[in-house]
Amino acid sequence: MSSNKTPAGDPVPNRIHARPVPRPGRLVAAVVVLVLAAMAANALITNENFRWDVVWLYLRDIVVIRGVMWTLVLTFASMAIAVVLAVTLAMMRRSDNPVMRWVSWVYIWFFRGTPIYTQLIFWGLIAVLYPRLSLGIPFGPELFSFRTDDVITAFWAALLGLALNEAAYLAEIVRAGLTSVDPGQTEAAKALGMKDGKIMRRVVLPQAMRVIVPPTGNETISMLKTTSLVVAVPFTFELTYATSAIGNRNFLPIPLLVIAALWYLLITSILMVGQHYLERHYGRGFGTATGRRGRGTGPGGGKQAAIAAAGTVRVDITKEVTP
Amino acid sequence: MSVVTDSVAAPADATDMVSVRAVHKVFGHGHDAVHVLKGVDLDVARGEVTVILGPSGSGKSTLLRCINELEEITGGSVVVGGDLMGYRKDANGTLHRLHPKAVAKQRSRIGMVFQRFHLFPHMTALENIMEAPVQVRGLSKRAAKKRAMELIERVGLSDRMDHYPAQLSGGQQQRVAIARALAMDPELMLFDEPTSALDPELVGEVLSVMQDLARSGMTMIVVTHEIGFAREVADHVVFMDDGVIVESGPPSAVLDDPQEQRTQDFLAHVL
Repeated sequence: MSSNKTPAGDPVPNRIHARPVPRPGRLVAAVVVLVLAAMAANALITNENFRWDVVWLYLRDIVVIRGVMWTLVLTFASMAIAVVLAVTLAMMRRSDNPVMRWVSWVYIWFFRGTPIYTQLIFWGLIAVLYPRLSLGIPFGPELFSFRTDDVITAFWAALLGLALNEAAYLAEIVRAGLTSVDPGQTEAAKALGMKDGKIMRRVVLPQAMRVIVPPTGNETISMLKTTSLVVAVPFTFELTYATSAIGNRNFLPIPLLVIAALWYLLITSILMVGQHYLERHYGRGFGTATGRRGRGTGPGGGKQAAIAAAGTVRVDITKEVTP
Repeated sequence: MSVVTDSVAAPADATDMVSVRAVHKVFGHGHDAVHVLKGVDLDVARGEVTVILGPSGSGKSTLLRCINELEEITGGSVVVGGDLMGYRKDANGTLHRLHPKAVAKQRSRIGMVFQRFHLFPHMTALENIMEAPVQVRGLSKRAAKKRAMELIERVGLSDRMDHYPAQLSGGQQQRVAIARALAMDPELMLFDEPTSALDPELVGEVLSVMQDLARSGMTMIVVTHEIGFAREVADHVVFMDDGVIVESGPPSAVLDDPQEQRTQDFLAHVL
């Protein structure tokens, strides 16, 4: 400890200049890990069996690009349907009506409890189970009727299979999000004369989104890769099937697998960027990394932000309310 | 409904803003039932400030929450501004529960301030104040903003209007919460221990906003432990214990010359 190097104007007159604790293990560990990483990279690049020339050739193949498009369509369309269904299921689970609660519970129980692969095969076989679909009065006369094959094509079977399964998982995420919002928020909104629907849309859901978005981003990334299972329907245009078909035809399965992996990685990376911005949007007003934070005004401003950023205190020490 | 007593029929005094008659509140059913309010009568005249004192668990907060229908009463009646809260009475005297939309409309005329503020954390101070006028009254954003800026000035926070609640101190949050309630132009303001969650040095700023409000002629019912505020601002002080009103009257009578033993014991503890 010495103060001889303290520059003039330092607000801390007795600033500590101590030698750090020697940690030779850190350096050794870093070197070992770097060497291992270099070996792995070398093994990837120099191994001729990967056929990087073929990877580059087929990476932009029209069939592969079409596969990417179908994968994206399946991912986003099924997630969109699943989100709408999940919000409905979550609200049913919280309903005062016992029939609604029970139906929602059974739905989630069934679709979470059976493998997605099995469900997709079933959707593929729906035309065998129900050759004709009809619209009419329940248990009464029919008004319209269709051949199931004409209505539920392989694409729709795949889409419905993915969406209905995902909705069960998302419903639990949404429910957790809704439950996480302080009941005082609903009360305050009620006291202002807001109606239930408005309270849900304007007060509860926006706050629940902070809890809902991160795991939903995770589910979207997971869905991207689950789409490769729709071959069970069978739907054969998406990325995994398209690439493996080329691979089997050319007797070059490995480079085509690498192509699929690279495309999945690229899309996942883009999704992660999108998720980051969504989380920032719904995190506003909740302390970390919001746009208007860091102005350095008010007790929650700069000082507290700096203390929080240091990560050495777990609670907001300037807040006078017990959380 | 057998629980409703005849007093429902008694016409409310024209000057009465609030008229609570024989109100009972039971939480839960059967063996778990808790009888929190055991026949409470309370009248608050227009423009009057009533302070409710009492030990915790005496039912003061529940009474407040029954007045704006956050809790459904089990028996009795609550009339605010001449309207029976939560029910419609037909020609035969049968009560019909009002639709939630109608209840929401009744509530919109009563402002409430909570112990823990309950500001909407995802909205700035100004947006918090604008929310109900825009969403409930259908006011234009421009008009709501103009009004919100007046109100935030009234509580002395014009320089904080673009801050999120997390960036405000407890006292500032509570002042925004008061402005948010005032934005609906309420006929009646309910305060549920508005300073109990605050650091001692921040209590004063909230009480002074409430005092200004009382001076402007607002009808207020305040549940608090601030005896000083009761003495200075209240027209009426009500002491509750164990679900009933034990004693009530002007502050000088209840606070300085309490007649009931329970009131004397309570005041001996808090003063």
